[in-house]
Amino acid sequence: MDAIILQILNGLDKGSAYALIALGLTLIFGTLGVVNFAHGALFMIGAFCAVTLQRLFTISYETIDETKTDFLGNPAKVQTPYVESWFGPDVGQAVIDWSVPLAILFAIPIMALVGFAMERGLIKHFYRRPHADQILVTFGLAIVLQELIKHYYGANPIQTPAPDAFRGSFDFGVLLGFDPNHIIYPYWRMIYFAFAAIIVGAVFAFLRFTTFGMVVRAGMADRETVGLLGINIDKRFTIMFALAAVVAGLAGVMYAPINSPNYHMGMDFLVLSFVVVVVGGMGSLPGAVLAGFVLGILESFASMNEIKQIIPGIDQIIIYLVAIIILLTRPRGLMGRRGVMEE
Amino acid sequence: MSKLLTRRGVLRTGAVAGAGVALPTIFTAGSASAFVNEPSGSTVTLGFNVPQTGPYADEGADELRAYELAVEHLNGEGDGGMLNTFSSDSLDGTGIMGKKVEYVTGDTQTKSDAARASAKSMIEKDGAIMITGGSSSGVAVAVQGLCQEAGVIFMAGLTHSNDTTGKDKKANGFRHFFNAYMSAAALAPVLKAQYGTDRKAYHLTADYTWGWTQEESIAAATEAMGWETVNKVRTPLAATDFSSYITPILQTDADVLILNHYGGNMVNSLTNAVQFGLRDRMVNGKQFEIVVPLYSRLMARGAGENVKGILGSTNWHWSLQDEGSKAFVKSFGTKYGFPPSQAAHTCYVQTLLYADAVARGGSFNPCSVVEALEGYEFDGLGNGPTLYRAADHQCFKDVLVVRGKENPQSEFDLLEVVEVTPRAQVEYAPDHPMFAGGNLGECNPGA
Repeated sequence: MDAIILQILNGLDKGSAYALIALGLTLIFGTLGVVNFAHGALFMIGAFCAVTLQRLFTISYETIDETKTDFLGNPAKVQTPYVESWFGPDVGQAVIDWSVPLAILFAIPIMALVGFAMERGLIKHFYRRPHADQILVTFGLAIVLQELIKHYYGANPIQTPAPDAFRGSFDFGVLLGFDPNHIIYPYWRMIYFAFAAIIVGAVFAFLRFTTFGMVVRAGMADRETVGLLGINIDKRFTIMFALAAVVAGLAGVMYAPINSPNYHMGMDFLVLSFVVVVVGGMGSLPGAVLAGFVLGILESFASMNEIKQIIPGIDQIIIYLVAIIILLTRPRGLMGRRGVMEE
Repeated sequence: MSKLLTRRGVLRTGAVAGAGVALPTIFTAGSASAFVNEPSGSTVTLGFNVPQTGPYADEGADELRAYELAVEHLNGEGDGGMLNTFSSDSLDGTGIMGKKVEYVTGDTQTKSDAARASAKSMIEKDGAIMITGGSSSGVAVAVQGLCQEAGVIFMAGLTHSNDTTGKDKKANGFRHFFNAYMSAAALAPVLKAQYGTDRKAYHLTADYTWGWTQEESIAAATEAMGWETVNKVRTPLAATDFSSYITPILQTDADVLILNHYGGNMVNSLTNAVQFGLRDRMVNGKQFEIVVPLYSRLMARGAGENVKGILGSTNWHWSLQDEGSKAFVKSFGTKYGFPPSQAAHTCYVQTLLYADAVARGGSFNPCSVVEALEGYEFDGLGNGPTLYRAADHQCFKDVLVVRGKENPQSEFDLLEVVEVTPRAQVEYAPDHPMFAGGNLGECNPGA
């Protein structure tokens, strides 16, 4: 029982990342009709916003410490971050320590700008082109973006830790009446799940309860009619693209302490997130979120040794297996609109 | 038309042409050359095949730096580096046998097919007489096979799988880097001294050639000293989040986690293990421990504070104080501003060893190089007295057991050497079961 609870918990944080990326993908597909293969790269850029802010906070000035030597035997250069010098060691260290949460504020304008530039600079030229063209150009863009990141940040993963206060683990086992140390779950993963829930809730509320959201939903249902009413739907859809980029970016920022960011992390999530979108139903926002969590949990269960002993290698194919079954039995996905992907 | 093109005529022409093609190329090449890419001018070209893109691109960049440094030193530029400490005096800074050393580079992408394609291109188009480099055992085995077929020497870069000089060994291939068996043999006594003999180990293993041989080697070594292996779990090479592989450990009575992972796998699995509180865990009254059999300083940076106190092994470390290591660190550090990695070290050494073998043998002919390197004893290149064993073309030398440093003094100061395990302790018979099944074969000069 404790193993099952643990895998559900594991699936929730994995599912959180899938859900947030798939939510952005669905927003873009639903509004602009574009299949955006560069969406994983936006997730990766978000994570590198956290890396960048951490580096900005640790920009240092050099002093020479004659009592120490460097690897060549010369007097050692000691680096002192400017934030420590400006605000004192304690406050400076706290600012560096909290760089990931603070990167949320840093990432929002950057991701919105990246999303805006992507849509206006490239994507808009492919609105009326076949999906295959859209996939090719966005996939190419994703490769360009990841190579740019690799050029400036290197190919190795970069450690971006959570604040000290959240580095420990919570013993769920004791809470649920099990032995201590049997169901342990890191604080930061709990925060990630809560953060994902808040973001998903905020996006839904924005679309549901604001006039802007209402117009966007109307545009998703019937773009032409909304246009005929004199509403500039293209402008709103551009904003939605930027919003989707921000959602993916924030998912990346908060994911940075879970696995050290590297230039390839967007590609690692991209294909799985597309499967999530297809399983949830192309264009269905609730479907994307539901499928994200369901597939995340299924993937976790498939990694259990007991399951792998029965079906070796199931952990690597479970998501695709589910996608095949869903597409065969319900081509429009779990919550897709009737007619979508069924013609 | 029928007179011009008869069935018999076609068959006869085909047979003559076929016989011509089937003739050994050494006969058709005539007096042009005795072996593939025999240098005829005043220069000789080496092929550096390293990952310039992909997950090991940083390691590849460090390898390339080391190769450039080696070429400088061979051509008599710079401070000479380890040429000044090398036990052989056949290299005098005038290139190799008086020919200036030039080089071409290829990108392995850490993919076997891409690595073979780039090596083939360097041999066929650029005239490279020797191929060296790489950061993966899969790539090393693939390129070694290609070089054997093509008739050029392959001086392996970073490859740690037993198979490279085991079941996949080739006469034209040579490995300076240590292997999984040696890591296990060096680590086991230290693990015994630090953690005792009554331990239960849980293995997470990258599911490919290196992971399998690393798991086999370390499990055999730890079981021999009394440890029990609780479970061996294979993880996909493409895995990024290891939480679902790590949480089942909490359900067992394992008190040691052995991460047979390298590169990004190691960074993520170690980070996840620490996140799930394994290092704070007590099992059966014992502190839970994590072991990383193969360490890399470049990768350790990615894992940050998580490596502190964790034991592993490495082929070489810049903090070594022998004359060879000091000379190399000085050369490399002065030129690039930071200390070299173990990958850089092995690549630099391999280049010098190749050049030295050519000079001692008096020929660029691969068979002459093979003869010069087989059974060759040398010193002064950073690992103490070293033997290139003739039976499998594996270098035998001391192995370093290292630990993640608790109080690093700089961003490079991540590992501390716990023990220099003597060469005798990591030696094994050429027909050891973990290395069985291969055949070195005959050297191939190509042409």
